[in-house]
Amino acid sequence: MTRPVTRPVTRPATRPATGRLNRRLAGALIPAYCALAFVFLLAPSVYTVLYSFNDGGRRNLVWQGFTLDNWRNPCGAPQVCEAFANSLQVGLLSTLFATTLGTLVAIALVRYRFRGRALANLLIFLPMSTPEVVLGAALLSQFLTLQLQLGFWTVVLAHVMFNISFVVVAVKARVQSMDPRLEEAAADLYASPWQAFWKVTFPLLVPGIAAAAALAFSLSFDDFIITNFNSGSFTTFPKFVYVSAARGIPAQANVIGTAMFVAALAVVIGAQVVAALRRRVSGAGSS
Amino acid sequence: MTTVAPGPAIGVAAPGTGAPGTGAEDVAARRAGAAGVGLMLPGTLYLVAFFVIPVFALLATSLYVPVPGGDVGQFMPAFHWQNYVTALADFWQPLARSFWFALLATAGALAVGYPIAYLIAVRGRGRPLLQGMLLVLVVAPFFTSFVLRTIAWKQILADDGYVVQALHWLHVLPPDGRLTATSFAVVVSLTHNFVPFMALPIYASLERLDPRLVEAGGDLYAGPWTTFRTVTLPLSMPGVVSGTLLTFIPAAGDYVSASLLGNSTNTAMIGQVIDTRFFRLLDYPTAASLSVVLMAAIAVLVGLYVRRTGTEDLL
Amino acid sequence: MRSPHTASLELWGVRKEFGSFTAVESLDLTVPEGSFFALLGPSGCGKTTTLRMVAGLEQPTSGVISIGGRDVTGTAAHRRPVNTVFQSYALFPHLTVLDNVAFGLKRKRVPDARAKARAGLETVQLAHLGDRRPNQLSGGQQQRVALARALVNSPSVLLLDEPLGALDLALRREMQLELKRIQADAGITFVHVTHDQEEAMTMADTVAVMNEGRVEQLGPPAELYELPSTAFVANFLGRSNLVTGSVVDVGEVLGVDVAGTRLRVPVGRVSAGSTGVGAVVQLGVRPEKVRIVANGSEPTSGSNVLGPGKVTDVSFTGVSTQYQVDLGDLGVHEVFAQNSSGAPEVRVGDAVRLAWDVDHTFGLAGEPARSGQ
Ligand SMILES: Nc1ncnc2c1ncn2[C@@H]1O[C@H](COP(=O)(O)OP(=O)(O)OP(=O)(O)O)[C@@H](O)[C@H]1O
Ligand SMILES: [Mg+2]
Repeated sequence: MTRPVTRPVTRPATRPATGRLNRRLAGALIPAYCALAFVFLLAPSVYTVLYSFNDGGRRNLVWQGFTLDNWRNPCGAPQVCEAFANSLQVGLLSTLFATTLGTLVAIALVRYRFRGRALANLLIFLPMSTPEVVLGAALLSQFLTLQLQLGFWTVVLAHVMFNISFVVVAVKARVQSMDPRLEEAAADLYASPWQAFWKVTFPLLVPGIAAAAALAFSLSFDDFIITNFNSGSFTTFPKFVYVSAARGIPAQANVIGTAMFVAALAVVIGAQVVAALRRRVSGAGSS
Repeated sequence: MTTVAPGPAIGVAAPGTGAPGTGAEDVAARRAGAAGVGLMLPGTLYLVAFFVIPVFALLATSLYVPVPGGDVGQFMPAFHWQNYVTALADFWQPLARSFWFALLATAGALAVGYPIAYLIAVRGRGRPLLQGMLLVLVVAPFFTSFVLRTIAWKQILADDGYVVQALHWLHVLPPDGRLTATSFAVVVSLTHNFVPFMALPIYASLERLDPRLVEAGGDLYAGPWTTFRTVTLPLSMPGVVSGTLLTFIPAAGDYVSASLLGNSTNTAMIGQVIDTRFFRLLDYPTAASLSVVLMAAIAVLVGLYVRRTGTEDLL
Repeated sequence: MRSPHTASLELWGVRKEFGSFTAVESLDLTVPEGSFFALLGPSGCGKTTTLRMVAGLEQPTSGVISIGGRDVTGTAAHRRPVNTVFQSYALFPHLTVLDNVAFGLKRKRVPDARAKARAGLETVQLAHLGDRRPNQLSGGQQQRVALARALVNSPSVLLLDEPLGALDLALRREMQLELKRIQADAGITFVHVTHDQEEAMTMADTVAVMNEGRVEQLGPPAELYELPSTAFVANFLGRSNLVTGSVVDVGEVLGVDVAGTRLRVPVGRVSAGSTGVGAVVQLGVRPEKVRIVANGSEPTSGSNVLGPGKVTDVSFTGVSTQYQVDLGDLGVHEVFAQNSSGAPEVRVGDAVRLAWDVDHTFGLAGEPARSGQ
């Protein structure tokens, strides 16, 4: 995907003093700029965490003082825990379906040759390049036409739809990096296609599938726009927050948001540390 | 809850999972036939049922007319293309504004995301733990709920918040000037929301870049800026293209930022209009035709952009 | 562990096309039961494709493949009594070495699969590494694991696709002997693909030389070397000096006129169809069979003689000395002389003649078509 750059080289070879100064300056400038960029990136998360300790009661917009009450009673505000539980359910269910369907498609796209591959690729790509409002509006038109009752299941159906494409892309990369000879070796060693899949293909794809599932879950858990179009009176966590925004969001929402934030951060940082330790062990082993 | 933003083509590895291999894909190993179709079928049928057909349903709805003498929200099938004319005449402003805001947010995300990606991929090369931790910081905003983050901006940019007070003190902002309920707040929130989508694909392409090329550039051109401009930047273009698409498309359709941080006069984006038409006014045909227009406009823009940047193979 | 299952392998008119490209053209092969068969040919000639068809990983476009007399053409790979040692080994990275070796036994539900796998690892002297992952092994060790993984299943036919290709020279030699020993012990039919002619000749009972999807010649190594039947084989398997002429005399020994010089060749050493008067033949001789006749001395009678020509290069290689002699229109010829006493002193620039026994001459049909290199 990288094109080689071919450009005539006409510059003089060295510009001693200014060159070194530039390099120094650039050397310090980029980290400094990035530090500011990280402040910008993380400020809202920090605010979310801070305001989970705000003694703001119903309208958690202005800082009123520190309290642990919200944390002692995270379900204290009406509906907040119900919405959270709904989001978890929708997230798990849609992740399960989307990961299964998407993984099969990814394997087929990489490993098999059949007519209409190009069309299939387009079909996978389009939902990702369509704005969420359009996806939501289109599904709503469909559900209205079919006169389906909006609720839990319509939300799950919608989430599976937008997640399939992301799963396909994530798993495809993994399938592509897998040596096709391995599956042939399995067949050569008397494994039926079914056994070859479960004994060889699947175990090797697990990291990719797990990453895809994590992505699908977080996209589903965090989705607001498509959910808003297709949920009727069913409430998910983001929808709860959005709808309460007009009246003021209870601090309990921040408690739940913070808990999710910390849990996810712990998992990811843990994974990083484990990987680093493993590198160190294998590095020591090989040297 | 791990979040990764895979580009349309560039699968971005989650921190810790390692970059996807260069691909042992081999034509010789491609098998022909029915099994492949069998594996494809459930997923593609699902997308046909819940994406393709809905898009046609949307198209159909956009041409409906009200049932004569019927209630509000009652429509019947027709081929009333004039819906588009009235929709565009009434709402060209929010539509244009959506693209303008999306453009600003894309530029902003690039300005924030590229240096971060560069720092992690190039400066952090050879220090995997540092790279991993910085990548965690990049995706960390995702771990906070999107709507909560948007509301946090409301708190950060509040009239009596530190930011506004500092700006007053510096006389950047007139004494009665405010940041909430302005386009500025909307664009800041949009930018913030999409920085990770921008930074990750750029990181992936910079990561793959052979450091010896940069050294060679350093030998030949001397200046770091020249080296960057002539070697690093062109080679990271696939990531930039991916990142801008991943930012621009969802930003153009977003309305959470606009409705939580904007005002009612000059920040309305097309998503808000579609939402209002659908749910408040039950004006399905207008909402549907605006959706179709948005989708078509994005398809055209993306097509032009991709052709222009010569990276069709990305998709 | 002599295999009770070993069987012969037969290919009848097997063809393989990829789109409009024909990778393998109408292949007929018979590999006798228990033999060590080598498939030798240059890169891209269709060796791997042939093996893959035998293994069932590729479907032939036409033709029949049978193992032990049973037609397996339509049989799925996992149902064929065949195992493969892949060119890249294809060891399962997520399984330990032992589990890799036990994989086939477990699929066949053989009792005591792990114990048998351990025994299999012992035959390749790797029993102590059973708990490692494949990526923790050296190339040579991986190669042995791949071999053990295939062998433990006692297949009727074992297919080896350039199994030694990735190894360094010393290890290669060692593994060649090892493979030969294992084949002799197990008595399994081996089909060994290689593009190394020396490897094919040292290891196999029978060698088939393939070129551009066709088998050019098949037979025991010595026969192929002594009596190549095409110019391709003459040059791919060792080296040859070739000249073109037309038959002028028929009989037990053919007389051939080559640019005015009369050369002779026993009729039994000429490929069929080129033995009538006027037929165009290529005559060849191996460089080590040629003697240099220095100016002033006479060749022994019963020899073919060419020259004089000019020595253009002399290289000392230890065991032998190699000479390049330019014979003008007849091209540059090679001579390999043993470095034993009594060889004439020859220097670059000397005018010499070349002589060799009539009985060492071989004849090939037709015009010089392709050259081996
Ligand atoms: N799936 C395929 N599609 C198209 N062409 C193919 C395919 N597989 C092999 N070929 C072609 O068929 C020819 C024979 O390939 P094959 O792999 O059998 O060669 P080989 O003799 O094993 O070579 P090597 O010694 O390099 O391994 C080659 O020209 C190759 O490009
Ligand atoms: Mg091969």
